Amino acid sequence: MSTEKRIVRISDDALALALGADKVAAAFEKAGATVQRVSSWGMHWLEPLIEIDGVGYGNAAPGDVAAILAGSAPSIGRIEDHPFIAEQQRLTFARAGKTRPLSLEDYAATGGWIGLDKARAMSAQAIVEEVKASGLRGRGGAGFPAGIKWDTVRNARADQKYIVCNADEGDSGTFADRMVMEGDPYMLIEGMAIAGLAVGADKGYVYIRSEYPHAIAKMRAAVKHCAHIIAPFSIEIRVGAGAYVCGEETSLLNSLEGRRGEVRAKPPLPAIKGLFGKPTVINNLLTLAAIPWIIEHGGQAYADYGMGRSRGTIPVQIAGNVKYGGLYETAFGISLGDLVNRIGGGTASGRPVRCAQVGGPLGAYVPVEQFHLPFDYEAFAAVDALIGHAGITVFDDSVDMAQMARFALEFCAAESCGKCTPCRLGSTRGVEVMDQIIAGRDVEKNLGLIEDLSDTMKYGSLCALGGFTPYPVMSAIKYFPEDFKNRDLTRESERAGEHA
Amino acid sequence: MTQEGGIAEIVVRHQDGKTPARGALLPILHDIQAEYGHISEETVRELAAALNLTRAEVHGVVSFYHDFHSKPAPLPAIKLCRAEACKARGVEALVPDAERAAAGRVKIETVYCLGLCSVGPSAMVGSDVHAALTPEKLNALIEEAA
Repeated sequence: MSTEKRIVRISDDALALALGADKVAAAFEKAGATVQRVSSWGMHWLEPLIEIDGVGYGNAAPGDVAAILAGSAPSIGRIEDHPFIAEQQRLTFARAGKTRPLSLEDYAATGGWIGLDKARAMSAQAIVEEVKASGLRGRGGAGFPAGIKWDTVRNARADQKYIVCNADEGDSGTFADRMVMEGDPYMLIEGMAIAGLAVGADKGYVYIRSEYPHAIAKMRAAVKHCAHIIAPFSIEIRVGAGAYVCGEETSLLNSLEGRRGEVRAKPPLPAIKGLFGKPTVINNLLTLAAIPWIIEHGGQAYADYGMGRSRGTIPVQIAGNVKYGGLYETAFGISLGDLVNRIGGGTASGRPVRCAQVGGPLGAYVPVEQFHLPFDYEAFAAVDALIGHAGITVFDDSVDMAQMARFALEFCAAESCGKCTPCRLGSTRGVEVMDQIIAGRDVEKNLGLIEDLSDTMKYGSLCALGGFTPYPVMSAIKYFPEDFKNRDLTRESERAGEHA
Repeated sequence: MTQEGGIAEIVVRHQDGKTPARGALLPILHDIQAEYGHISEETVRELAAALNLTRAEVHGVVSFYHDFHSKPAPLPAIKLCRAEACKARGVEALVPDAERAAAGRVKIETVYCLGLCSVGPSAMVGSDVHAALTPEKLNALIEEAA
């Protein structure tokens, strides 16, 4: 050991960088160690997390380097045995923490390209049948069966078809797409290449939001490095321009075509008339990233995980005011309370959990009384909530739900594409009405107005932005009426004091 | 600052001869924005001609997206996330002091989500990301950017 250089593994995921991983890596190099930059394990509260011979050292700073190398720093033990990791069922995130993201060698050594090789020996129909058998549903939030979408594109006749990966991960509380792009980019590329074989498309696009510069850089490099492996399929990386609504599939297609990111009315479905009017598979990144595993192991093996009509695993993102935040992939069926309290450890602030917003800015606020809910599309829908992209944002008891309801509407107003009236005007009018409620004016009457407005937005909007903004608003009012009615002005000033 | 000359070259760089020419409009605009810091009226005119679009169409795209600006930004910017997960972790409490410290020197821009939602509040300067912001850390970022 003494003569050999120690191998120190540190993530180069954006989250680790944001917590100073580069400086720590430089300090290890200076101390004579060989540093390997790997993907993140997803235990975000421990970043920068150092791994030496399988053993982890959390929250490392440059000043800790000597002690870590000497073995005298406190460790978390073997990372793989840490309960947060050991209890997960990682299919999509099987490589997280273990490989160098851009190393083709690491990728191939960990089962990379097996799915693509298998798919090349299969008929297009057989690939689609495997995906159908897996029960995989769109991970962007809508939960539409991926196999059926693919079949529609496969059966469409056209001189050109496209595969589009929606990597416009704009929902607050979500980061799984980013982690795949930065940590395991070839897996996504492999999934897209398999989709190409399944439907007869030779060109793919990955549309990444501009707020993810590290993911963009990694994906660009990855696409270049493996071009020869996926040929004749080819992939182009496209960068969004700061419009949340482009995460909506038809807006995204417009944006790829060089247009304003305005929503298109459906039908026609993108599967029939998508990008440049051609049949297009447009899937969320996590949907496509699940494909290599499904083809390698078979659809049934994937479907063996999960509950009800929610098959397989879901990479849950535990975020917000939570003690142990990070990426937690598990079979559908785990309860929300298990995720927030047992795995997430409750709030980071140490105060009681008040609620969690599940599914991003368009998802409902779920009160602790409903934390028994299992992670399942239908179970959430039954109580007017949604899983969305499986982000959980935890709030403690200091949250002002009237302000959060106002923010949901403000966000919708800021990000509305302007095409349909319920969303464009409803959101702005909603902010005005919420301001009246917060000021304590005509509260009952104004709450009635909000309810009316929510109904109009929910049923009259063209896409999920206007259509789902009522979910956070109405759930906040329904479960936390005390924050809207008889707002206590003393509590108000206390809050102001706390946050000042 | 003039943007002429360079534009034609940027347009050519983005044509692959397979997909319709206008499909490259966003990548072209990104390159122009990165190179010149804004997208001038003259550039809009030139792009419209090069891609066989109307000026209104190009202007419509430039004005739709938050990342494109028709005028150069007068101040350096810090993008501070103020979406739900960062709110849950206390970003709002940082804002008043940060805005006071930045006044006239740095623009505190609001962004909605940098994907660092388990370790917020977070911010981005250029393409550098920063998380677990405290008043001191954010202040240091402001001083650095100013």
